[in-house]
Amino acid sequence: MKVVRISGEVFDSNAELAPLAKLGGGAVASFTGIARDDEGVAALELEHYPAMTDANLNALVDEAIARWSLLGAILIHRVGVILVGEPIVLVGTAANHRAEALEACAFLIDRLKTDAPLWKKEHRVDGSATWVEAKASDVVRGDSWR
Amino acid sequence: MYFARVREAIGRDTEERELPADVETIGECLVWLAGQGENYTTAFAEPSRLRFALDQQMVWEETLLEGASELAIFPPVTGG
Repeated sequence: MKVVRISGEVFDSNAELAPLAKLGGGAVASFTGIARDDEGVAALELEHYPAMTDANLNALVDEAIARWSLLGAILIHRVGVILVGEPIVLVGTAANHRAEALEACAFLIDRLKTDAPLWKKEHRVDGSATWVEAKASDVVRGDSWR
Repeated sequence: MYFARVREAIGRDTEERELPADVETIGECLVWLAGQGENYTTAFAEPSRLRFALDQQMVWEETLLEGASELAIFPPVTGG
């Protein structure tokens, strides 16, 4: 089972993850990224490079499924305006045992952060907006899976 | 194609360009574009903070254009 979706709609993590628990394995791991309530931030705006994002996320999920022999994996990323407290990204993995599910889940979110052509802008309550800077620590984490 | 900060600095998200015959790499294309107006000069002021995709594959400044049809220029990614 494989789901990759780039969407402007709010999603329900529990509902999206439910099918992973029915694949016969003993482990489901997940990560949900949420628009953080940083001081003064009202919303995030996510821009992407549609055709490339789709190919990139599909390739990452295919790699995770093959590398950790997953029974299933889902990756949902929102684009557009995301209010503080709403989910931005969901990664879910199903495997026979926990190590594979947990590692594959970490791989997917770490590599998504360094590889997928998505950009975040912070909109503040005072009306100003700034592009989020990429973090060197994210690059180190992403590269650790190569 | 331009995205995020680069798109805003240039003031457009896509454009069609015929490149001079002596522009062979991404880096040379950047130098040429930077000469096309102040908005490009500003957008490409810090090449170390730019990333590139050629026909939707990540590439480097040294990469040859070699007849590719779509070049995207953008800042380091920040999704997730």
